[in-house]
Amino acid sequence: MAITSVKNLKEFSTANDRFEGAHTLCPGCAHSMIVRELMNCTDDNLVIGTNTGCLEVSTAVYPFTSWDTSWIHIGFENAASAIGGAEAMHKARKRKGTLSDNDAPVKFVAFGGDGATFDIGFQWMSGAFERGHDFTYICLDNENYANTGGQRSSATPIGATTSTAQAGKHSYGKKEKKKDIVSIMAAHGAPYVAQLAPNKWKSMAKGFQKALETEGPCFINTVSPCCTEWKFEPKDTISITDLATDSLMFPIYEIIDGHELNILYRPKNVLKVEDYLAAQGRYKHLFKPEYRHVIDEIQKGVDDYWEMLQRREEARV
Amino acid sequence: MPKEIFELQDREVWDGNYAASQAMRQANVDVMAAYPITPSTPIVENYGSYVANGYIDGEFVMVESEHAAMSACVGASASGGRVATATSSQGFALMAEVLYQASGMRLPIVLNVVNRALASPLNVRGDHSDMYLGRDSGWIQLGAFNAQEAYDLALCAFKIGEDHSVRLPVMVHQDGFITSHTAQNVYPLSDEEAYKFVGDFKPVDDMLDFSRPVTYGAQTEEDWHFEHKAKQHKALMDSRPVIDKVFEEFEKISGRKYKRVESYMMEDAEVALVGLGTTVETARVAAKQLRDEEGIKAGVVAIRAFRPFPFDLVRDALENVKSVGVTDRSSPGGAMGAFFNEVSAALYTTPKRPLVTNYIYGLGGRDFSIEDAKNIFREQKANADAGYVTTDIQQFSGLRGPKLGFFQTKRS
Repeated sequence: MAITSVKNLKEFSTANDRFEGAHTLCPGCAHSMIVRELMNCTDDNLVIGTNTGCLEVSTAVYPFTSWDTSWIHIGFENAASAIGGAEAMHKARKRKGTLSDNDAPVKFVAFGGDGATFDIGFQWMSGAFERGHDFTYICLDNENYANTGGQRSSATPIGATTSTAQAGKHSYGKKEKKKDIVSIMAAHGAPYVAQLAPNKWKSMAKGFQKALETEGPCFINTVSPCCTEWKFEPKDTISITDLATDSLMFPIYEIIDGHELNILYRPKNVLKVEDYLAAQGRYKHLFKPEYRHVIDEIQKGVDDYWEMLQRREEARV
Repeated sequence: MPKEIFELQDREVWDGNYAASQAMRQANVDVMAAYPITPSTPIVENYGSYVANGYIDGEFVMVESEHAAMSACVGASASGGRVATATSSQGFALMAEVLYQASGMRLPIVLNVVNRALASPLNVRGDHSDMYLGRDSGWIQLGAFNAQEAYDLALCAFKIGEDHSVRLPVMVHQDGFITSHTAQNVYPLSDEEAYKFVGDFKPVDDMLDFSRPVTYGAQTEEDWHFEHKAKQHKALMDSRPVIDKVFEEFEKISGRKYKRVESYMMEDAEVALVGLGTTVETARVAAKQLRDEEGIKAGVVAIRAFRPFPFDLVRDALENVKSVGVTDRSSPGGAMGAFFNEVSAALYTTPKRPLVTNYIYGLGGRDFSIEDAKNIFREQKANADAGYVTTDIQQFSGLRGPKLGFFQTKRS
């Protein structure tokens, strides 16, 4: 049973489970929540490509697999190309009538972590979007190379400490700002682009459904808090996500056809980014007096971005 | 079915690229994902033109790099249809990561490799550096020496790779420019004959068969990786009789005979040259002339199937000669030529152990002439008469400047 009309959690919890609970992701990892939600929001057949990363190494360790659907992993960078190839083959075989069930509805999805999406696989994803394959690319954004022990990616925010952008006596961690991947993908002219979060599960399910139903390449950046590298208790994943969305560190919004921007969640009480940062070990050093300016800088970045989103929503351009 | 009929004559004038692309058309390839690179670009362009003009019913996916091309080929092949592409040189090098993935997943993709040198320095001409780069990648590697063979072997490649007892990707090599851009008479099969020979694609572990979900590209560590790779190696070794069978079937419909190792004037040969690619035809002419002009009993052994390496057939072909020159058209990078090492290993297991010399030649498209081949035969004759290798064991044929060579025979 798919969540065709999103009603309640009970419906979600009893939905068809094509992603098995048996996997080796860390306790508290948001990846599995996001993946399960995607797979439960449609009854259509799924062909899923996954870039190398936490999700891949934790769900297909021979002789086991967590995937009760067609699934392929090639390398760190190329899930979008693999899915593009599968989608092209589906077109050719459907036309020729050589599929085992020529009328079976099928959707093509690629998953990548932020390392695969923002960095090493960016070209492959960009190429697939330019070619217009009918697929949905979902980035599981935990803001670091978590699979290899928490190195920086271009999704790592300024001020976070990572194993390759260390905070120390003379450093407050990463110096560079996070790449604005949602805008970049919207600039590809993709028909549907969104940023979604697993705590707002109804809007996430709706966003996934929109992306799957939209013809052409769709991109969704999902916030996936990483208890291991962000350094918080596994039980706190959703409350950390609440802090992320309510402080507007991760605003929830969609962009249709590259220009029509809709904000999907407006916190009633906007929290200070300080509340979000203070809940995670990776920002602990920012609370030393000498690095307070970085918190101010982060707050300013968040305020400016929120202002931009609101203006764009109003302008409809 | 394609919307338009492509008119073919019994005899066409095609270059190697055109010949290879006609084989793609006749095999009715479902998906070609490709990126252009000299000198293989026309294969890709031609496929696109066949699609545009209705001569083939397939999907032409023009990607943004060769790495993406092979990645899309892997995704397409795992989705249960016929897949082919083409590349050369730097493009081949960029694909390298995914070549190993394709063979590990046992996907019967056909890759036309128009051999070209690897930079640096940048060079667009033919040598075998790219072919050598693929030699441990787990693909079957067939070598065409002219345009006719580029066509014939491309058709055979589908039938070999897609055989359910093989299920491995296949490269068909041809030499950049010398074969790819030289127009020759080519005798094609009719579309009906060609397709009947290749047959319908019969999928295994089809990602688009949702009644039986499949997981491609799983992870294995020390507990299972070794068994997987050993099984893959066995599949490659076991493809040998299938290659032989497909060559026999092809001979029945075309009259053209192929063998994994092809010998020329080897029945009574005293000295031999072992080679790959267009060099073979040059060496054959040289051998014939030397027999007539100088009475040297010269013969040529050509490797048609570079992988799986025909260790036993090489040995059988060469065990009765006295001295062998093994030619490597790839920079050896601080070792003896790779092909020399493989042939030498095979000869070491014979009772008489012929003398073996290594010739590095033709890098970056440097011409290899009939006279160059004759010199190799003459040096082998001198070795045969002396009973030891009279020159450096590794030499450079056709190199300007002072003579370059390495290692001498150890004589007691």
